[in-house]
Amino acid sequence: MKNDEIRASLLKRSRATKNERFGKILTGLCIAIILTVVLAIFYFVASKGLATFFKDKVNLWKFLTGTVWNPGTTDAQGNPQVGALPMIVGSFGVTFLAAIVATPFAIGAAVFMTEISPKVGKKVLQPVIELLVGIPSVVYGFIGLSVVVPFVRRTFGGSGFGILSGTFVLFVMILPTVTSMTIDALNAVPRNYREASLALGATRWQTIYKVVLRASTSGIITAVVFGMSRAFGEALAVQMVIGNAMLLPSNLISPASTLTSVLTMGMGNSVMGTLSNNALWSLALLLLIMPLVFNLIIRRIAKKGAMHR
Amino acid sequence: MKKKWLYLLGLPALTLMLTACEFKQTGQSITAVGSSALQPLVEAAGDEFTKENSGEFINVQGGGSGTGLSQIQSGSVEIGNSDLYASQKSGIDASKLVDHKVAVVGVTPVINPKLKLTNLSIAELAKIFSGDITNWQQLGGPDQTIVVINRAQGSGTRDTFERWVMKGQTSMQAQEQDSTGMVRQIVASTPGAISYMAFPYVDKTIKTIKVDGVSPTSANVTTNKWQIWSYEHMYTNGQPTGLTKRFMAYVLSDKIQQKVVAEMGYIPVNDMKVSRTLKGKVAKINS
Repeated sequence: MKNDEIRASLLKRSRATKNERFGKILTGLCIAIILTVVLAIFYFVASKGLATFFKDKVNLWKFLTGTVWNPGTTDAQGNPQVGALPMIVGSFGVTFLAAIVATPFAIGAAVFMTEISPKVGKKVLQPVIELLVGIPSVVYGFIGLSVVVPFVRRTFGGSGFGILSGTFVLFVMILPTVTSMTIDALNAVPRNYREASLALGATRWQTIYKVVLRASTSGIITAVVFGMSRAFGEALAVQMVIGNAMLLPSNLISPASTLTSVLTMGMGNSVMGTLSNNALWSLALLLLIMPLVFNLIIRRIAKKGAMHR
Repeated sequence: MKKKWLYLLGLPALTLMLTACEFKQTGQSITAVGSSALQPLVEAAGDEFTKENSGEFINVQGGGSGTGLSQIQSGSVEIGNSDLYASQKSGIDASKLVDHKVAVVGVTPVINPKLKLTNLSIAELAKIFSGDITNWQQLGGPDQTIVVINRAQGSGTRDTFERWVMKGQTSMQAQEQDSTGMVRQIVASTPGAISYMAFPYVDKTIKTIKVDGVSPTSANVTTNKWQIWSYEHMYTNGQPTGLTKRFMAYVLSDKIQQKVVAEMGYIPVNDMKVSRTLKGKVAKINS
């Protein structure tokens, strides 16, 4: 009898086991839902975006290199005018320029905050940077429209709308992201590297330049690529200052457009299932693929950085 | 430990219950989606309607004429607002939709207020928007580059403007904006800028101009002296029934037409002294 009770209690699932199973199922369910959503989005965007090429028979190469975007009309040969090159150039233009401008500032600020004056950095600069991250993009766009655009117009001529204005706005937007990730990268450099360098008689500047920055290169590049992927996907703020002309930009102050700006402008005005709508989905597909590429680059860099250590 | 889980599960459940309550209170409601040019009017009419018929709500959303037409075609909303005739839009089967012309709206060219110009001919306007004229000097203005600002492709306002000004010519690739509000702000702040917008959106920050000597006024639209105008359509999928039917009748009632429509800068359909067909044929209305 007693044996049976012990046997039963041993065979029965304890409370802790039940809790554990419950937790397992719950977390598993969460993952499953997230995965389903992601896959569904991918499937939806891909099926719509690829319809341009399979259903409407648009040449992929022409789509990527054509310069006339006018999906509602056809050219002399009867081919629909869906050339996405102006938008692709615009998107990459603002992204790279913003990254190029932002990187030196970000590294400078990060070095100051980790190596030169960590106290001021923690107390003053950290909150400022966190604040910048939290500002909604429409506010950046609004400031861009009412401050940056007139400034560019007065200083460089033109209408003020263009890649240059977009660069300025994106620069401010990605700066906090890149800076805070660079800070993490610099903080990750082991303390004994710095100590060894200083013990060998190197000055602080020599230590920063020759040891700390070198050791954290892969982390800094990751930060920059991360910032670029944010800049690439930004829609609203850029749309407000870039001018939205589907033209190949001839210079930095002529109106241009980005993939995102064309998407947000065209969505409401096209009918599901028509070529104009499918062409927009193709742009969306491009936008979906690019962060993937950026992510792959980041992983590559991280791997390389890990091997050096 | 167990209690925490309960809280976690309880929160979404509670939200669900609360939203369910809200649904219950709403009673009956219909949704109207589409044209942003027509949106303020439908919103105002919807508010009035709810005041008189408590418990019945009209949800009004923007999104553009294309959205309105595609949503009504797929049957996901009760009313689709559009600046265009449904048959003008590719991908729309107009035969199933019933057109209700609820108002007329005029579209006027607008320029930056610093420009001294007061009059342009239709031909000059067409040349500006096709890119043949690029400097205000060519039109007797100051030596200043013309900054053309277009609405996004497929916009109802742009369609109206291109139809009656460009007359089939394609306009050049220029800056595009997806909302009239943005157009107004940019024209107001950019020297040498020109664009166009529906009458209800005109304010003091920008300047309207005469076209071929005709001023952009509602009175000139009713006689078709001002030719750049379009009907505002509210489409239903088949003949409307129930709440939709009553709301459509309400929008077309004298109360809304004479008070709200005119106050907001639209033109009541009944005030029109001419009618215009889809193909652009104008006929006098005998009253």
